[in-house]
Amino acid sequence: MHDGAIQQISMCCVSRMAVDGGHRDGGCDWDGRWNHVRKFLERPGPFTHPDFEPSTESLQFLLETCKILVIGAGGLGCELLKNLALSGFRLIHVVDMDIIDVSNLNRQFLFRPKDVGRPKAEVAADFINSRIPGCKVVPHFKKIQDLDESFYRQFHIIVCGLDSIIARRWMNGMLISLLSYEDGVLDPSSIIPLIDGGVEGFKGNTRVILPGMTACIDCTLELYPPQINFPMCTIASMPRLPEHCIEYARILQWPKEKPFGDTSLDGDNPQHIQWVFERSQERAAEFNITGVTYRLTQGVVKRIIPAVASTNAVIAAACATEVFKIATSAYIPLNNYLVFNDVDGLYTYTFEAERKENCSACSQVPQDLQFPPSAKLQEILEYLTENASLQMKSPAITTTLEGKNKTLYLQSVKSIEERTRPNLCKTLKELGLSDGQELAVADVTTPQTVLFKLNFTA
Amino acid sequence: MAATKASKEQKYDRQLRLWGDHGQEALENAHICLINATATGTEILKNLVLPGIGAFTIVDGHTVTGEDVGNNFFLSNNSIGKNRAQAATELLQELNSDVSGNFVEESPDKLLDNDPEFFHRFTIVIGVQLPESTCLRLGSVLWNASVPFLVCKTYGLLGYMRLVVQEHTVIESHPDNALEDLRLDQPFAEFQNHVKSYDLDSMDKKDHSHTPWIIIVAKYLEKWFSEHNCRLPKNYKEKEAFRQFIREGILKNENGVPEDEENFEEAIKNVNTALNLTKIPSTVEDLFNSEQCNSITSQSPSFWVMLRAVKEFVHNEGNGSLPVRGTIPDMIADSQKFINLQNVYREKALQDAAAVSKHVECLLQSVGKPPESIAEKDIKLFCKNASFLRVVRCRSLAEEYSVDSVNKDEITSCMDNPDSEMVFYLMLRAVDRFYQQHSRYPGVYNYQVEEDISKLKLSVNSLLQEYSFNVNIKDDYIHEFCRYGAAEPHTVSAFLGGSAAQEAIKIISHQFVPFNNTFIYNAMSQTSATLQL
Repeated sequence: MHDGAIQQISMCCVSRMAVDGGHRDGGCDWDGRWNHVRKFLERPGPFTHPDFEPSTESLQFLLETCKILVIGAGGLGCELLKNLALSGFRLIHVVDMDIIDVSNLNRQFLFRPKDVGRPKAEVAADFINSRIPGCKVVPHFKKIQDLDESFYRQFHIIVCGLDSIIARRWMNGMLISLLSYEDGVLDPSSIIPLIDGGVEGFKGNTRVILPGMTACIDCTLELYPPQINFPMCTIASMPRLPEHCIEYARILQWPKEKPFGDTSLDGDNPQHIQWVFERSQERAAEFNITGVTYRLTQGVVKRIIPAVASTNAVIAAACATEVFKIATSAYIPLNNYLVFNDVDGLYTYTFEAERKENCSACSQVPQDLQFPPSAKLQEILEYLTENASLQMKSPAITTTLEGKNKTLYLQSVKSIEERTRPNLCKTLKELGLSDGQELAVADVTTPQTVLFKLNFTA
Repeated sequence: MAATKASKEQKYDRQLRLWGDHGQEALENAHICLINATATGTEILKNLVLPGIGAFTIVDGHTVTGEDVGNNFFLSNNSIGKNRAQAATELLQELNSDVSGNFVEESPDKLLDNDPEFFHRFTIVIGVQLPESTCLRLGSVLWNASVPFLVCKTYGLLGYMRLVVQEHTVIESHPDNALEDLRLDQPFAEFQNHVKSYDLDSMDKKDHSHTPWIIIVAKYLEKWFSEHNCRLPKNYKEKEAFRQFIREGILKNENGVPEDEENFEEAIKNVNTALNLTKIPSTVEDLFNSEQCNSITSQSPSFWVMLRAVKEFVHNEGNGSLPVRGTIPDMIADSQKFINLQNVYREKALQDAAAVSKHVECLLQSVGKPPESIAEKDIKLFCKNASFLRVVRCRSLAEEYSVDSVNKDEITSCMDNPDSEMVFYLMLRAVDRFYQQHSRYPGVYNYQVEEDISKLKLSVNSLLQEYSFNVNIKDDYIHEFCRYGAAEPHTVSAFLGGSAAQEAIKIISHQFVPFNNTFIYNAMSQTSATLQL
């Protein structure tokens, strides 16, 4: 089914795209400008997508009608904007909630030292629009969660260059929520293809996701390695590595000593890092541990992931190639996951990630919660956060009892957390929950609540 | 001055964590030559200017066309008609004020005619979209001058890279999955003494539960040795028995129920890797057997002098093993026990490095060079990376192209699968042939596409004939290559831009391992292959 799915989507995209209107731009094009692109749109060939038809209209479609959303204007985002603009796309929106930092300048090439402190989305849009005549990048200095369905619905293709798994999952969930089903059959025109890129040092990956049809982010959650967090007892009483000393200063000493008043530790504040560095050195000296440096301190506190221009360039290029293929049906798109690593030579591996039958995000299969009635609510909370396929961050659990909505536990609002905390120690039976009860769970990892069904075990 | 250094540390922070200050220094001392500021060329250079190479020089005799500006981020439409080297230098220079940008408005062929030594000054030369004849001429000059040469080409949806470097040594290869160097199968004296200082049977619970797993395995190995005729557990059955043996050592409470001893669980979990035999990797053995290692002269680069010294160490103080690496992984243990154990390994590593140093001194003396020629810290770094040393030797272009030395086996065996990436290599060679004959590439203009198919087919056949390649190239590929019309789509250029830049950084920094020697990227299928031609 899979090859067919990937092939089919290009058709649907094209039909959606053809129906949408277009805006004809005046002449900012010079002779030969699009020669490199035209060859792939106006000439037949033996390896094109089966539904590809050479035409001079395709270029016009890219230039005037096709709307692309780029999520992130950082390492991948800057590259993506350039790649799309130089491939003929003009109607591009970009979302990024960050401002520019000096450490971005080694790879986020649309930014200069004078731009430090300004919103990435805005500076990136300005640069592209002035360097590529005719290109109209619209910036959104916002969190992706601040934009709604009606915003996302307007795009033909969405391409992500995010640095957070939570954000990826949210975006994934948003596009899944846009899907419409008629009599249980997915309406292909409600699918917005999602191209996702990720990088870390010299490694990266690109994937093509057709929500509702191919593997989504949550289907392959196990591919993302869990974050390293050192055990508290190691940090508190048995440090062995310089990292343990740094975490001690960050987690235990800072809240206790409040060196700068009631402010929380800001990894971007050099004075804060310097303080943590000095405390870490003291602790390390106590235990004869070597290796605490300022650079390591900053790396641990900010959970810094090393990054270079080259990997960002490779992955963003692969992503943009897929955007082009899907938008034009020029070739069959990647089906569906590319892995890249250039530590030793250059290594790529392409495979088809499979959908998970009971994926909590895209399968529409109600999620099962198997617990005995004597289990405490705490156990359910732990399951939601620790289970490899769910990996929720701070789930809020609500249900309907006696016809009324009841919050069983919610962490993100202090007053509600305090009020519902005692529920954690109560058993499911004590809470009045019955076999088959539906629990609605909300979390940062998804824009829609996930429904779980309680299944009492013996 | 200090401000600049601090701000560079901030700016380059994310990459310094990958190649360190010494890697950055190498980059900042590099002068890179780019030939042809096409989209591929400027994308490669962008990814070198951003991380802060010292300087670049663009050599390009072409004039900017409208088509050039269309796919190139570093050309603007008001540079149409100007020299391409100059136009691109301006916009690339603007990316990073730490970098010094230069240009030469000249074709590489002219430079090769009038001043081939021009190219000798560069750390690496990157040639983009070069016709075959220029490529081979340049290849010969650079080979004789020992200047690394990276050939890159974007052709339609294909990316091609060829690295040409005679001998490239890598001390810091930074392998992804390195095995630990614990020496449990052949414990050194100081380690054995340290293990003796533990008496598991008489320890209190706290100490028992916080003893490093390495000590636990060592203790149990000693017992196993005495019961098994000094033989290590060698098959699955014996290893299982050994694991069980350790498990029995877990403390039990008054009711005979085993306590929670995570360190023992760690020991059990690590039995498999802990019992790996300490041995010299075959890559390093090969290096020991190479000519450069065995004939040290005053011209020998320090890599070979150090390698020879390590070889001497292996045959003497090392008793057949490389110098101890000196690092151990983190493990459940109290601070003191862990640090003490770590220090045992560290001190042994220092000792071994000192022994290697003595051999280095002797070797340097024997060829009349002062002992300070190779710094202590370099020897220590070398010893620490002894298991990971790599040397990359690429064949010259002359060897690749000569009928007598062409790698016929590799080519024909890959082509057993007529859709393997090798077909693209052959097509690129055929297209070069077409260019040589017709002074243009096939299918550039729409009207040419059909008629060029048969002409390109002739080029393909002439190529196959000349080298006696008994392979079949499907017509579809010939058609596709005419369809490409020598297009250089930006996204493929950008992929190659990132790939090539990183290979150049590897050559300059001598960190991480470069590819050997041909890389093909297929954007249609998002696959790639590395071929040794």
